[in-house]
Amino acid sequence: MTDASLPSTEVETSRRRRFFRAWPPAVLLALAWIAFIALVSIFADWLKPYDFMALDLRDRLAEPVFMGGTFRHLLGSDELGRDVLSRLIESVRMSLVIAFLSTLIAAAIGVSLGFLAAHFRGWVEQVILGAIDFMAAIPFLIIALAVLAFFGNTLTLFILLMGMHGWERIARITRGLAIAAKEQGYAAAASEIGASPFRVYGAHILPNIASTLIVAMTLNIPEVILLESGLSFLGLGVQPPLTSLGNMVGYGREYIQTAPWILLSPAVVIILTTLAVSVVGDWLRDRLDPTLR
Amino acid sequence: MSALLEVEGLVKHYHVRGGGGLFGAPVVLKAVDGVSFAIPAGRTLGLVGESGCGKSTTARLVLGTLARDGGQVMFDGEPVGSVRDTRWRAQRRAMQMVYQDPLSALDRRLTVGKQVVEPALVHGLGASAERHEKALTIMDAVGLSSRFFDRYPHELSGGQRQRVVLARALILSPKLLVCDEPISALDVSIQAQVINLLVDLQEKFSLTYLFISHDLKVVRQVAHEVAVMYLGRIVERGDPEALFHAPAHPYTQALVGAIPTPRTRGRARAALQGDPPSPINTPPGCSFHPRCPRAEARCRSEAPLLRPLADGRFAACHFPVLSTPAREAA
Repeated sequence: MTDASLPSTEVETSRRRRFFRAWPPAVLLALAWIAFIALVSIFADWLKPYDFMALDLRDRLAEPVFMGGTFRHLLGSDELGRDVLSRLIESVRMSLVIAFLSTLIAAAIGVSLGFLAAHFRGWVEQVILGAIDFMAAIPFLIIALAVLAFFGNTLTLFILLMGMHGWERIARITRGLAIAAKEQGYAAAASEIGASPFRVYGAHILPNIASTLIVAMTLNIPEVILLESGLSFLGLGVQPPLTSLGNMVGYGREYIQTAPWILLSPAVVIILTTLAVSVVGDWLRDRLDPTLR
Repeated sequence: MSALLEVEGLVKHYHVRGGGGLFGAPVVLKAVDGVSFAIPAGRTLGLVGESGCGKSTTARLVLGTLARDGGQVMFDGEPVGSVRDTRWRAQRRAMQMVYQDPLSALDRRLTVGKQVVEPALVHGLGASAERHEKALTIMDAVGLSSRFFDRYPHELSGGQRQRVVLARALILSPKLLVCDEPISALDVSIQAQVINLLVDLQEKFSLTYLFISHDLKVVRQVAHEVAVMYLGRIVERGDPEALFHAPAHPYTQALVGAIPTPRTRGRARAALQGDPPSPINTPPGCSFHPRCPRAEARCRSEAPLLRPLADGRFAACHFPVLSTPAREAA
């Protein structure tokens, strides 16, 4: 015990331990990845080295740097000589925009229907619960295929369609929480001073249940990314010349033996992004749920 | 004398499923069963009784936040309904509620100031700056300094929270405040402060109170008239001093006898036997007869009505005690 600096290092380690307990390394990595992806999609126009639709027919199926290629195409090029890195950056932006917008739509639908069910009860609630069970019982991929087959495919329609995914879970959570909140004093008190239902639900109940809803929304994002990838892989999602992560994987599968890099990099981005959002969502749920603290 | 609030034959019955689970026969729970009283402007009626006797239900029926099954509530010459129409909304400005548990009655996501302003905002009173000014004035009147304006409810003590609830009720300048056990969730040391505040506010804003409590000593301190409830009915009503010194109804006698006092030794205590019967199958005749020490054959068959006694009080008992004050039995 001659070393006088020992206590201070102990303090240092305990502080570090406390930091990592609040912010687990996996969560830090996931947050970093999400931040990176978000920045890439914001600054996509400045980051991509080529236009994502630019053809370079003399340099088709060029290998990426790590497979012995040149720095002309960092992640290689595809069968038409389009730069994979540029397409990847554009795809990340497209997929994130779709996931984010459609989750917002799903949340708006889910919260409204959940509040309606909680407010009116009776047959309104039964109808909404029936619709929720209906949505939950049918595989969404089949609904999506049917809608896209009938109405054709535009980006707006596609985003709206993706917004139909996952609303039933948010509606169910909202209904349960709102019914519980309605019985609590603050909501009853607001209603008893003569506040309108819009005010009671919008200004009092919604902020009080928002943390749980945010978690549910976070967990919806990776599912939409995967769904979008699946539909695009089947050729029903984002249509060329636009590009998305699933679309890249789908068109890359024909070259999986000769040029696996076309498919590899978007697949890796899909896996990392969905994993990161899920990890952060789980962590948020633990953080925001006071009963688990 | 015209009363600010007149309640006549108030009834609230709940249809519930009886014993036997899913297949039990539907039965009627008589939460409030024919309650009548009147409160003149500027006065306080104390409503006492043990838990489950229908005090809080009466409060919500009076305010029109719960639909009644019978009877009539007249407030300031107008009937109070439970349908949320224009008149109902207008009446909210004149009648307000003070809640038992201030923490649950306040929204923990909003600052104190926003919550005090909210009733004025809901009723569209004044401009934003005026409302802010009014809120500060009211907060000052209930003893909250302006530094609490931007605090959140969980940062306040119990007494301060109840002051916020009061300020929220008072910002609309109501005539009637219904206080549902306003102090029972507070520390004993805070209770006295809030009681004194309520008395001061009554004088300052000429408020009328319907004061609900199970604490007889507090009721005696604030009320100008007391009504004792038992199983959804008023069993005795009258001046607090007379009622507490010489209870006429055996149930009131038992309640008064249960007040802890420093001089209990040698005092005859009329301790009650058993629990109050369930409001689902109330006993025939006087609902108090199974626990009453003086019950006779008539009490088992005939329900007593609330009748005036010689000293101006009302009691629902066939054999009211008049001569022997309970407190002087020692």
